Amino acid sequence: MKELFRLFAAFFKMGLFTFGGGLAMLPLIQRTVVEDYQWMTEEEMIDCIAVTQAMPGVIAINAATYVGNKRKGFTGALSATLGVILPSFIVIILAVLFLGAIGENRYVDGAFTGIKAASCGLILYSAYKLGKQTINGWLAGILALASFIPVAFFNLNAVFAILCGALIGYIAVVIKSARDKKGEQEGDKKR
Amino acid sequence: MSSYIFLFTMFLKIGVFGFGGGLAMLPLIFQTVQAAGFMSAAEFSNLIALSQVTPGPMAVNAATYVGFHYGGISGAAVATFGVAVPSFVIVIVVSAFLSKFHESKVVIGIFTGIRPVTVGLVASAVIVVGETVLWRGGRPSVVPFIIFALSFLLAAKFKVSPIKITILMGVAGALMCS
Repeated sequence: MKELFRLFAAFFKMGLFTFGGGLAMLPLIQRTVVEDYQWMTEEEMIDCIAVTQAMPGVIAINAATYVGNKRKGFTGALSATLGVILPSFIVIILAVLFLGAIGENRYVDGAFTGIKAASCGLILYSAYKLGKQTINGWLAGILALASFIPVAFFNLNAVFAILCGALIGYIAVVIKSARDKKGEQEGDKKR
Repeated sequence: MSSYIFLFTMFLKIGVFGFGGGLAMLPLIFQTVQAAGFMSAAEFSNLIALSQVTPGPMAVNAATYVGFHYGGISGAAVATFGVAVPSFVIVIVVSAFLSKFHESKVVIGIFTGIRPVTVGLVASAVIVVGETVLWRGGRPSVVPFIIFALSFLLAAKFKVSPIKITILMGVAGALMCS
């Protein structure tokens, strides 16, 4: 029980103090889980981050579920996940109520305009950073462009883009392993 | 009741197909919420602005915001629950088969294909949010455009933290866009 509460509290704190979403939270989760609480080793954390980023869903919840589950099974996963969700949940509701109470105010509207414009710049930077890590060849470059242009300008369904990416990735593996096999067989013949 | 089920399944779908974190999920969230007629593009960009200055995962912020608009606290709870369930279930299942997951060429191939798509999706999030704020009547709005360019530069070139940039530009907006 005490351990469950510690999981809840640790993830609550991380949910409360990270701005900019789940990806920004990963380094903090790593430090808290590996160094502060020693719930997992550095190697286990590498697995955790791989699963967290590869799987669909909310990155912070993926990480909380993974750590909680590893520590205390299902109830551990539940405590950590609740912990990471609650701060957002409470803060957003309070913010909506607060903004509703202020009503129309030109300074608040102006601040929102500024924040939205800044968000565009920050999101563009995220895309650039992510692109630098991810786009390592022509196929990846084409896939990124082929999802960007139709989704951004022609309202193509994002789910469709994801499914196409998955299919093309699958086909690429099949082709590659067929080629490798052929290469091996030819190698055998020569010998 | 049926409207709560609708809200739940809407965010469940976002949780299942949302790859690559909050920013990559943005176009998906926007399309889903807009298709349901819950929110205009302008309202949606308010949600993004709010997400930037409040803590926590973007998708949870979005689910709470949309759910609360739609059905108060219970709506917020239903939507948040919907977006969290896929993560929760998938991660528990995958951790049980972790070694198989690492070795499977098919799984690796699928994720190699999805990753570049998420880059494109993050880039389209710029357009989704930018459409409502950077342009007015077909022409670029000057001050927001300068803020946009400056924010990118501060983050990319001078490594200023996103939250500092956001607060700074919020103040700049309050002074110059009001």
